[in-house]
Amino acid sequence: MLELVVQATGSKQGQAVMADLDSEQRKGVTRRRFIGEVLTTACGVGLLGLGLGLYSTRASSLPAHYLRPPGALPEDEFNGACIRCGLCVRDCPFDMLFLGRLGEDIPTGTPYFIARQAGCEMCDHIPCVVACPTNALSHELTDIREARMGLAVLIDQESCIAFHGLRCEVCFQICPIRGEAISLEYQHNPRSGKHALFIPVVHSDQCTGCGKCEEACILEEAAIKVLPTHLAKGEIGRHYRLGWEQKERAGGALVSPDQEHRYHLPEGLRYEHGGRGLIQEPIPEPPEAAPIPDNPLDSLNRRGPL
Amino acid sequence: MKVSRREFIKSQAAVAAAAAAGVTLPATTQLMAAQGDEGIRWDKAPCRFCGTGCSVLVGVEGDRVVASQGDPDAPVNRGLNCIKGYFLPKIMYGKDRLTQPLLRKKNGQYDKNGDFEPVSWDEAFDVMAAKWKEAMKKEGGPSRVGIFGSGQWTVWEGYAASKLMKAGLRSNNLDPNARHCMASAVVAFMRHFGIDEPMGCYDDLEHADVFVLWGANMAEMHPILWSRLTDTRLTKEGCEVHVLSTFENRCFELADNPIVFEPQTDLAIQNYICNYIIQNGHVNKDFVDKHVNFKRTAENIGYGLRPNHPLEQAATNNGYPDSNKAGEKKGDPMASAPITFEEFAKLVEPYTLDYVAKLSKVPKDKLEWLAKVYADPKKKVVSFWTMGFNQHTRGSWVNGNMYNVHLLVGKISEPGNGPFSLTGQPSACGTAREVGTFAHRLPADLVVMNPEHRAFAEKIWQLPEGTINPGIGYHAVLMHRMLKDGKMNCYWQQCNNNMQAAPNMNEESYPGWRNPDNFIAVSDPYPTVSAQAADLILPTAMWTEKEGAYGNAERRTQFWRQQVKAPGESRSDVWQTMEFAKRFLVDEVWPEELLAKKPEYRGKTLYEVLFTNGVVDKFPYEGKVVDDRGNQYANDESEHFGYYVQKGLFEEYRLFNSAPDIIKKGHEMAEFETYHQNRGLRWPVIDGKETLWRFREGFDPHVNAATNPAVAKGDVLFYGNKDGKANVIFAPYDAPPETPDKDYPLWLCTGRVLEHWHSGSMTRRVPELYKAVPDAQLFMNRKDAQKLKLRDGQLAKIVSRRGEITARVETRGRNRMPEGMVYLPWFDSGRLVNKLTLDTTCPLSKETDFKKCAVKVEKA
Repeated sequence: MLELVVQATGSKQGQAVMADLDSEQRKGVTRRRFIGEVLTTACGVGLLGLGLGLYSTRASSLPAHYLRPPGALPEDEFNGACIRCGLCVRDCPFDMLFLGRLGEDIPTGTPYFIARQAGCEMCDHIPCVVACPTNALSHELTDIREARMGLAVLIDQESCIAFHGLRCEVCFQICPIRGEAISLEYQHNPRSGKHALFIPVVHSDQCTGCGKCEEACILEEAAIKVLPTHLAKGEIGRHYRLGWEQKERAGGALVSPDQEHRYHLPEGLRYEHGGRGLIQEPIPEPPEAAPIPDNPLDSLNRRGPL
Repeated sequence: MKVSRREFIKSQAAVAAAAAAGVTLPATTQLMAAQGDEGIRWDKAPCRFCGTGCSVLVGVEGDRVVASQGDPDAPVNRGLNCIKGYFLPKIMYGKDRLTQPLLRKKNGQYDKNGDFEPVSWDEAFDVMAAKWKEAMKKEGGPSRVGIFGSGQWTVWEGYAASKLMKAGLRSNNLDPNARHCMASAVVAFMRHFGIDEPMGCYDDLEHADVFVLWGANMAEMHPILWSRLTDTRLTKEGCEVHVLSTFENRCFELADNPIVFEPQTDLAIQNYICNYIIQNGHVNKDFVDKHVNFKRTAENIGYGLRPNHPLEQAATNNGYPDSNKAGEKKGDPMASAPITFEEFAKLVEPYTLDYVAKLSKVPKDKLEWLAKVYADPKKKVVSFWTMGFNQHTRGSWVNGNMYNVHLLVGKISEPGNGPFSLTGQPSACGTAREVGTFAHRLPADLVVMNPEHRAFAEKIWQLPEGTINPGIGYHAVLMHRMLKDGKMNCYWQQCNNNMQAAPNMNEESYPGWRNPDNFIAVSDPYPTVSAQAADLILPTAMWTEKEGAYGNAERRTQFWRQQVKAPGESRSDVWQTMEFAKRFLVDEVWPEELLAKKPEYRGKTLYEVLFTNGVVDKFPYEGKVVDDRGNQYANDESEHFGYYVQKGLFEEYRLFNSAPDIIKKGHEMAEFETYHQNRGLRWPVIDGKETLWRFREGFDPHVNAATNPAVAKGDVLFYGNKDGKANVIFAPYDAPPETPDKDYPLWLCTGRVLEHWHSGSMTRRVPELYKAVPDAQLFMNRKDAQKLKLRDGQLAKIVSRRGEITARVETRGRNRMPEGMVYLPWFDSGRLVNKLTLDTTCPLSKETDFKKCAVKVEKA
């Protein structure tokens, strides 16, 4: 009997060919290429000491789409600590890390990934960090949710189809810190009048910068992009506090609470301080008592059927 | 984006200059250029995917669909799409489209074990027809052959197939994949109301105060309806959403009352609600007295398994042949007996809060809150359900119990109040149900078992009396069993992927298809799992490569014109069915007794008898289809056959639902051309007017106080049943047939994801959708995973009594599983979840329960 070769053709690779994915984008690091890169790097270090210095000074202005693996020290420190051994790249089970090559805008031999090509899969045991012999990928990082590889920013709200009310939500669906790093904010869609908008919102306190959202964004050019945190984040004036957050944090008003307010009001109207303001609806009547007459004889002598 | 002509010219010039200079412009400039493209012809079409029925505008340039947009004038979606709808133009252009018929051959001859080789349509149909004729010569005759169709067929594709099988070949072995999808819903509609399909419409989404979702993950499966429901929740004061499921799906994000219940106990929860309503005096007595009959269903009905299964041997009312009494059947699972209201009250009395909370593992306060919203006369409630109810070994019961709840309180057939069975497929209603492509059905709710219905169909189809076979044909699951047993030998699958979709692939589907006695033909645009398992593959035109019509879940019939030509030698299903009919002479397939009644048919082909009968071929084809704006469209079927095929088929179909002498009123449709001019109409359409809420005076033209003195203004009349009343039918809680035990300790539930349609044959060929969800993951509870030492992303082996597959573990994804249950979607051809599922069905509807079987999970 004929064998059905579904299992084999259905593998991720098999489907990728079928689905016309650009295989270049998905290419993993083969062992051969990995060794080649490490060798190049070793030569680079040996022969181009001067060149390395040159790259290192540039490093703090790493191009925005080059992201470092989880736990990477701040860029300048990282470049000092990283010995270009490539072990993090070797130990990444998903082959999504690369080593900078000569001529690229990144220090030669240092690890990076490009979110649009393949984001970090956020392994529980963080093998890249474990592999790092120098702490350039800090071993203090033991919970992958604490990693900060960058910050996702929904950078183009004009193109993002969710802002037009289409039901996409691919970034929300794929986010590994589900519902926390990217949540959906429901809004009324005033154009259609009947549908809600499901707006993706990134929360910087949760986002690890893994880049899965940018990788998966279904637009031709991703509307959500992971940027180095210093490019992505604004900062509120140091003098200013958000009052309601401070109040919540303190568990009450920071100064004496407001006293009770009283108002001149026409009969039948109410005013809710801190609430709805003027309320013009009639005050609800107290519930009617059961229709039982005060005099028992009225009940007893009532005519008609019981 | 509004762009003036001047800006447009400027941007065009900039793009040209940039291209010349090799510069990439900012995205917005390019976008503007794309939108300003004036060579595009726009026309409307319903979306190819789910039962919502969104309309899109299809942009064609150079015989290729190059663009699309949500149709801003469509009442369902008002310009919106989900992520699948967004990618519609890409589904037709997968690199591996099939363009030639392919037949398994060895040494130039058909051979079941040969390799696929391209053949001509003539050779394909010659071989196929020879196989069909050979099979029909065996004992059982017409029951040896069958067509397995689809709720994604266009209306006329279903109609033509129904006619070929039921009128021509005299076989009722015609069943759609809708059997897997909403057969249980149909049974319940017929049992309770005597007429199929929902009484309400999508406007209920704006009028309800409370939404209750019962086994319907609308957030992913009906994305645009979900955005309407969400909007009402956001903007309407006091609006509540209750969500019931066996695991936390995306609807729980909006739920006010989230309820995860133990599989199968939905039956008990419904009976508790009925009990609550009765005990607390909330029965709408006036309504119940006037409009409701009480009944009790037959019990001990088995689980739709093979007759030799111990559970079926034990069943007393499964309707199977009785081994003790030759020629007799063991009861009838469809049976019900009249009872009084008091008896009904007594039957639901054991379903107390304590009992049901314990059984369902749902906290009491949640159950009570749910019961109260149904009981509260001031709250308008719509209940939505889909596969959680339908794919259920008691699917017909659990559908029916929902009607019991709504009927007890009279919350039905008015804006914002009603039970609403949603459908999964774009034309499960329009084609599978309305045209009647089930093994027991004829068009417009007629059935083959009823002599009056057969006679009416024979009259319309100009057939001699007695042509239509009175015996019910094989349903979807039975077809696979019969193929395996060699009792059915020819199977033609159109417009679906049943090798991937049907349950218990290892033990039933695959052995059936590969049985050396059988010849399997598959019509598909792509090399699916089904195509791989077939003997003949017929390349098929899809979606806007043909003129079509779909009917959505709110009774809305929508049409589209052919927009582009199908690639290579691909042909539409309607072309294939009609062309195949030419291969049979009436004399070959009808007995002498029938021929004697219509001697003028002697020597004619089935094609001539069925399709050039003076009705189907009545409308001339002018060589093109022209719309009201003067745009011209091809119509390949009409070009080939020489008359306006779709119009002829539709107008003959209307003789079943709209002619003056129809048997069952209530399905009336407008004339063919009307539908090309609007965004669909909700039937019954009478005097050009649509019906929003059925059975209610004022809304439904069939309930008219002016002409019917028995009907008061604003009153209801359930005219599907002869007495004008709906049935409340008591059905108890019954345990499922396969439950987790120490060997297979987990429940397995299967289903879909937002990004992929069904078996993924279209959406997985869209690179962006493939990238968004490449593989089916095993959703499981973190604690269950930890017990097995499985981490997220690790490969796990999922094993049932019937097979095993592997998938990567996901504990933090969109579906949050309770302990003891896993979920695995079925879109992924690389991990066929139906190797695991059990072919157990609702004994009434014969619909498979894809939501419950027992598995174990191991490290792969």
